[in-house]
Amino acid sequence: MKKKSSVSIVTGSLIIALALAGCGSNNQANSTEQNKATEKPTDKATDKETDKKVTIEYWQYEFPAKVELINELIKEFQTLHPNITVKQTNFPYDQYNQKVATLVPAGKGPDVINLYYGWLPKYVSSGYLQPLPEDHFPTAEIESNFYPLVSAAKINGSYYAIPTAVRTLALFYNKDLLSKANITELPTTWEQLVDVSKKLTETDAKGQFVTEGFAWEPGAQLHHWYRDGLLHQAGGQDLSDDRRKILWAETPAGLEAFQYLIDFAVKHKVGINGFYENDSNAFMTGHAAINIDGSFRLGSIKKDFPDLNYGVAPLPSYKTKSAPSSFWANAIPKNVEGDKLKAASEFLEFLTSKEVQEKWVEQIGELPAQKAVATQDKYVNDEKLGPFISQLDDSRAHFFIDETQEKTLFVDATNEVLLNKVPVEKAFQDLVAKTQKLYDDYWAAADKK
Amino acid sequence: MSTQSVYKTQKNAKSPAERLRTLVIYLLLTLGVGIMLFPFLWMVATSFKLPQDVYNLRLIPETITFDNYAAIFKKAPFAQWIKNTLIISLIATSTVLIFDTAAGYVLAKFSFVGKQLIFLLIISTLMVPTEMLIIPWYLIANELGWSDTYWGVLFPGIITAFGIFLMRQFMDSIPSDLLDAARIDGLNEWRILLHIAIPLVKPAIITLIILTFIGNWNQFIWPLIVLQTEEKFTLPVGIVYFSSELKDTSNWILIMAGTTISIAPLIVIFLIFQKQIIRGITLSGMK
Amino acid sequence: MIAHALKLTVRKSRELFLTRLSYRTQRYLFIYITLGIPLLYFLSTRLLPILYAFNVSVREWDLLSPSKPYVGLANFKALFTDEIFLKSIANTFKFVVIGVPGQLIVGLFVALLLHNIKRLRGLFRTVYFIPYVTSIVAVSWVFRWILMRNGWLNEMLLNLGLEPQLFLQSPRQALILITLTMIWQSTGFQMLIFMTGLEAIPRMYYEAAAIDGASAWRKFRHITLPLLNPVIVFSAVIGVISYLQSFGQVLSMTNGGPLNATTTMVLHIYNLAFQQFKMGSAAAATVILFVVILVLTLLQLKVLNKKVEY
Repeated sequence: MKKKSSVSIVTGSLIIALALAGCGSNNQANSTEQNKATEKPTDKATDKETDKKVTIEYWQYEFPAKVELINELIKEFQTLHPNITVKQTNFPYDQYNQKVATLVPAGKGPDVINLYYGWLPKYVSSGYLQPLPEDHFPTAEIESNFYPLVSAAKINGSYYAIPTAVRTLALFYNKDLLSKANITELPTTWEQLVDVSKKLTETDAKGQFVTEGFAWEPGAQLHHWYRDGLLHQAGGQDLSDDRRKILWAETPAGLEAFQYLIDFAVKHKVGINGFYENDSNAFMTGHAAINIDGSFRLGSIKKDFPDLNYGVAPLPSYKTKSAPSSFWANAIPKNVEGDKLKAASEFLEFLTSKEVQEKWVEQIGELPAQKAVATQDKYVNDEKLGPFISQLDDSRAHFFIDETQEKTLFVDATNEVLLNKVPVEKAFQDLVAKTQKLYDDYWAAADKK
Repeated sequence: MSTQSVYKTQKNAKSPAERLRTLVIYLLLTLGVGIMLFPFLWMVATSFKLPQDVYNLRLIPETITFDNYAAIFKKAPFAQWIKNTLIISLIATSTVLIFDTAAGYVLAKFSFVGKQLIFLLIISTLMVPTEMLIIPWYLIANELGWSDTYWGVLFPGIITAFGIFLMRQFMDSIPSDLLDAARIDGLNEWRILLHIAIPLVKPAIITLIILTFIGNWNQFIWPLIVLQTEEKFTLPVGIVYFSSELKDTSNWILIMAGTTISIAPLIVIFLIFQKQIIRGITLSGMK
Repeated sequence: MIAHALKLTVRKSRELFLTRLSYRTQRYLFIYITLGIPLLYFLSTRLLPILYAFNVSVREWDLLSPSKPYVGLANFKALFTDEIFLKSIANTFKFVVIGVPGQLIVGLFVALLLHNIKRLRGLFRTVYFIPYVTSIVAVSWVFRWILMRNGWLNEMLLNLGLEPQLFLQSPRQALILITLTMIWQSTGFQMLIFMTGLEAIPRMYYEAAAIDGASAWRKFRHITLPLLNPVIVFSAVIGVISYLQSFGQVLSMTNGGPLNATTTMVLHIYNLAFQQFKMGSAAAATVILFVVILVLTLLQLKVLNKKVEY
């Protein structure tokens, strides 16, 4: 131990000294070169045995159902392609980006990586990803087969990632609580949602919620509901075509939608954030009657709350229909080349195949990303999946420059109203200004490059 | 206030006012015990509850279940995390023990040019907050391929300035005559350190061992940053992930079972060695 | 056979070498090894990384991007227009201003109580010390559980006919609650330090004061407090440094929210570096934190040490 540590210390300090002198880019080049050097011998060794054995790494976040399914799919893929071995690595969601960013420069990077669509611009502008190989994924084909919302992965004219599945949001409602309140008609408009929520809300003698009529959690899905649902339904727009300007405040629709969202908590008092930890929790434990949540929740309810008697309905609409959607997509890092690139493309093609999309919807609850697969009768007529799929045509997935920060700004704006009694107009203006600043900074940096 | 003890020794009979005072003191201290222990009691109580009783306020649940503990070992690699934490804590404790004891001894019992300067240099590193070093450490660990390894967690803490300081304070009290006598007998310096100096400061060494062990067991920010994959996590890092993911599914019961597992070993160690720990801190605080 | 003979001669020559190695040389060799390794170690894991941090702080250093151009003081300038960073400085000071005196007062109070009893003293001491050895993260989650909207404490308040509170969801209460958790956890340590200090005060001072008919408060004010001053200085310095670095509790209990009311400098550094990958800005923030700690510590040593004299 003693010897080893002192040796490492000496080498360590030497390298630190080098890093101080040389700085940044040189070291980067060195380390990738080193990786190549260490990879080569193993490649050669296997070359002799059979022709072109390739091992590729697949990274995704830690989500038990997805991890299990991918393991199953890897087995299947390997029987189809005996020369390719796929290794799966998972990271906790909360720190996925950090872990990825750490391991990649260290040369432990993946060959196929699963990323949330909202993170793509950051990865692309850092020069981390390569466009999907045109021979395997022709742009025209993607655009004709996949739902248009996938175009959020199209950056600077090329597709950088492709999803297996997409998700939309819908109304989850607790059937027992609805029948207890004698509600037979599901809300389909903004107004009806408010009315129904009021009827469903139950408070005790001390004024505390027993049941929320409408689970209200800005930190969960409400940010999406606002930007891709309410805003458009009220006649507003999210972003300018060049993705540089936030348009929420350009028409009165932005404020109207924001006010509508805030009113649930402030004016109608039908729900509050943090009630039984969060919205989905309150809903699953029967403490909230209605919740807006994603199709991915179907799987976890089935697993953890199998007795919950609930239904799903499309989101209510106002002037037009619009539903938020999002997706996790698979991408290929820039340094993947040669045989690995070929194997990665094969694997990616497999992951976006019809069969896999079907398995995905059945086991995870996320919807097929290709129209032809999603619109099969067995899904459209499914009591739970149907409402999600029916919204796909009107769905949007807005462009993000930084998912975490944009969401935080939104949550902060609702908190300003709720906790600091800031007028809604003021909180809204601040929100627009701050979000715009985030975009300005991003583009200023991007334009420099 | 502090004269109380003086009075007590002087006369055995207590005035009613004094009795009342003593009673109030004990009441306050007992209240304090409640405040100190309640979070742990509530944690343990929750961890034995059935899912439907999670929001029930009873401290002792109607039905006690051990299922939660079985469940968390299934849901997360707790056994692996315990193993990682144990390995890291043990290695760090041994290196600290070796290097800090030797350095502390030399700084206390030898005189040579530059001794004060060296001591000052070592102590001044205590002023540098870990947080200041985290970014350079992280970048260095990345460059050298140390991220996501035991060594990556270990390298910032294999020698501690605090330990050197502590050992120097204690070694100071060893009579120099004793060491000189050993030298005349022909023992070399290593043997003197090992066979004479160390046995004389055994309590201090035990303190150093336990404090270093506890410190490493609980360290958080650095392992959080340098460890990337779940199999490598230490307990505190694991708890954060485990808890953040579970709180979305109302699994406070499992979270509390997890925190119980991560807290219990240290409380046990503390209760076993409490005399040494408390004595060690007391002695080091006095100097 | 030959090998054996060779081994013997090697051993013999080694012994010879060792005896020839004069006592002086041996002694210096011993010093070089025992101090050389730690010095080299601290040089490479403390001093050089600090220089490295300074280097990073003047670059635009995106974790994902290979180019790291020199940008001068731009990162520092950006930080001082970054609202959240400014807020994090204010919050960090709040942690120090509430936490350090709080910890000292509670610790001293418990130590005085314990100092005044005979029976069960060891037991109380042990119990009060338990939180200190437990993991910050685990404890934070336990408090989060107790303090949540539908948690134990709110239910208790309701049962007592009181208004439930937002606790960690409130921008006003969250910071204080986190500080209280930190005080709770460090009470045992602080108490122990003060008990040692109290025991070191000679009894005759109190006896003399008692003869003069001094009240308990006067004795505390004029004997206990001044004589405890070195211990207070020590605790305050350690306390300020540790509250300036508040991180684990904040990350686990509120993650800086609500409305950044609990974001501390270290949490902001962590977010800049590991959520936004802005290593340059994060390093610049650590440099600022470093300077703050340095200045505060020196200031404290000066100011608090003065008090000893009167």
